[in-house]
Amino acid sequence: MKLLLRGGRVVDPANGRDGEFDVLVEDGRIARVGKGIPADGADVLEIRRGWIVAPGFVDIHVHLREPGQEHKETVATGVAAAVAGGFTAVACMPNTDPVNDHPGITELILRKAAEAKLARVYPIGAVSIGSRGEQLAELGAQKAAGCVAFSDDGRPVSTALLMRRALEYAGMLGAPIIDHCEDPSLKGDGVAHEGYQAAVLGLRGIPGAAESVMVERDIALAELTGAPVHVAHMSARQSLRAVRDGKSRGVQVTCEVAPHHFTLTDEALERPIRYDTNAKMNPPLREAADRDAMLAGIADGTVDAIATDHAPHHADEKLVEFDRAPFGIVGLETAVPLVFDRLVHAGRIGLTRMVELLSVNPARVLRVPGGSLADGAAADLTILDPDERVTIRAAELKSKSKNTPFDGWTLRGSVVATIVGGRIVYRKHRDDASR
Amino acid sequence: MRTSADIAQTSRLRSRHLLGIADLEAEEIRLILDTAEAMKEIGTRPIKKVPTLRGRTVVNLFFEPSTRTRTSFEVAEKRLSADTLSIAVATSSVTKGETLLDTVRNLEAMAPDMIVMRHSSSGAPHLLARLCRSAIINAGDGMHEHPTQALLDAFTIREHKGRLNGLKVAIVGDLQHSRVLRSNVLLLNRMGAEVWACGPATLLPAELARFGVRVTTSIDEAVDGADVVMMLRIQQERMSGHYIPSTREYFTLFGLTPERLRRARPDVIIMHPGPMNRGVEIDSDVADGPYSVILEQVANGVAVRMAVLYLLAGHEADTER
Repeated sequence: MKLLLRGGRVVDPANGRDGEFDVLVEDGRIARVGKGIPADGADVLEIRRGWIVAPGFVDIHVHLREPGQEHKETVATGVAAAVAGGFTAVACMPNTDPVNDHPGITELILRKAAEAKLARVYPIGAVSIGSRGEQLAELGAQKAAGCVAFSDDGRPVSTALLMRRALEYAGMLGAPIIDHCEDPSLKGDGVAHEGYQAAVLGLRGIPGAAESVMVERDIALAELTGAPVHVAHMSARQSLRAVRDGKSRGVQVTCEVAPHHFTLTDEALERPIRYDTNAKMNPPLREAADRDAMLAGIADGTVDAIATDHAPHHADEKLVEFDRAPFGIVGLETAVPLVFDRLVHAGRIGLTRMVELLSVNPARVLRVPGGSLADGAAADLTILDPDERVTIRAAELKSKSKNTPFDGWTLRGSVVATIVGGRIVYRKHRDDASR
Repeated sequence: MRTSADIAQTSRLRSRHLLGIADLEAEEIRLILDTAEAMKEIGTRPIKKVPTLRGRTVVNLFFEPSTRTRTSFEVAEKRLSADTLSIAVATSSVTKGETLLDTVRNLEAMAPDMIVMRHSSSGAPHLLARLCRSAIINAGDGMHEHPTQALLDAFTIREHKGRLNGLKVAIVGDLQHSRVLRSNVLLLNRMGAEVWACGPATLLPAELARFGVRVTTSIDEAVDGADVVMMLRIQQERMSGHYIPSTREYFTLFGLTPERLRRARPDVIIMHPGPMNRGVEIDSDVADGPYSVILEQVANGVAVRMAVLYLLAGHEADTER
């Protein structure tokens, strides 16, 4: 089985490529990237002039909700949303019900993913049993079952001692710890960023320091243990500063930022809908100085990856008082248009950096294949139209849940097609993209 | 006394709901206060009832315990001849059962004209206003707003001082958790008063200065030369969040005593939204003393709420046409 992607601009920073190339795929792998490759019996996918062919995007932080919360999302609907959003692989957090602290759950997720045959799914195992922060989960068994990283996401790794041991133990297994950095006592029962907006609206605040004190702790422990730590969904300017300092000292610390944190601020609590529960996420939308710091960190290389923190919730769960609504929004199908519109077209980053943030670096952080169109690599490809204007319609999302604050937004830049293992798993314009 | 600038130039409210002072223009505030003066007169008659809201149904839906505000609304509704129904919902039963929206939609099936709601979550009335047919009156939402309280406070101040513009108003207490503070600051700023906000550093909302108030942690500075001193309730549970060490220390640092009051203007008035903690935020001698207008506030609450109900009902009649 051969597939030839003919034309288009290949952006493949891992191999130093950026230009007009054809890509030949054979048996699910990249056979060759070059100019004027003859079809020679291959199916041909014509890539229009101006479209981009990139190594498949990897979302390092999603919640697929299965097992246990299938009314929000399932592995099948989650990977459908992923490929529609241009992601060829997703790493799913363990805060399912029950928590993924056991190989049986990892195997279930992988089986569901294999049945869906869309995006690749990399389970992330819990650091501690039940993510309760009391006892280390069997990380070795989980790694053998297919987990690529460990996290107690939804909560921080509770104590400095547990974090230290987890770093040492997971480091031995070659897997990073991904931490949801938040000091529970400083967060308290907060529901929004502690600042002017929350004060006016009478919402309990979560200060930026609730995040950064934990980032500082984790960097100190990564330094102590020599093991890698990855900061999930970073939102506060103080955290960015800590990561920048840590990196400059040579500590193995990486971090991700979610599209909503480089796009929105806490003003979304007030406008367009006051107390919009789709503006409620954790970490919260912060103030303009934090949003601008995230943009700066994305541009200067401090931020390693863009990750969606895709957090589906049923409409009924969000249609409640702000205090009672669950944290989080869906993100898989809005990330690429937001990255194009707010980062690339805004002149903050180039296409190479975009591909690093969405493909090369996330694969590197998780130590999984991907992020490269080298000969012999798995043929995971994302094809983009940088200029098509798309209007986000919550009702039309592939995800089972529609909780997005971006409903009705028109953005420039879209996903044209997604290819996983040489198979076209998503195509926006069925007639245009192939012949 | 009142200048022409203090007299309302409008005869209707723009919104069909009263969600907060934030949504009111100065003109609308004047209209409510002027209307309340007429309503207060009804309360002095031997038969304290007018047929204004006859045939209208008002539901008082209280998700938080409240004696003062709930009875005040009930009296106001009865004086206007509305059919009223008061429902006290324990928040705990809501946790287990139906959502706020379902509760209200069930009530709406009985076609009430207005819903007066008290709720512990900030923004709860805004959710209803977006999704329900009834006019919503916010009787206090979480730490956000308590618009009828601010209106009755303004009414009481205006009765004593003849104006709001240019007065020094000191608000002292747990500012962080207070919806009374937020509504009063919005209203008093809009009407040209100079607001001083005073409380322990642990109980100041973030970026309080951006609210357009003078911020101090010294009650002496706040009270100095004040025309009005408004004391806010300090709740016992604040000790558990490490906000204050003890009520005794709180009284020492922030309690309003006769000695401290001497710094205020000689015609100062003392207000409190209730319920009071005597000996915690306010000395009994001050609460019961000659400057206190605390019981007048309660009486005026009925007149102000009658005005709000009347004006919103009129709004509804307008839009039906």
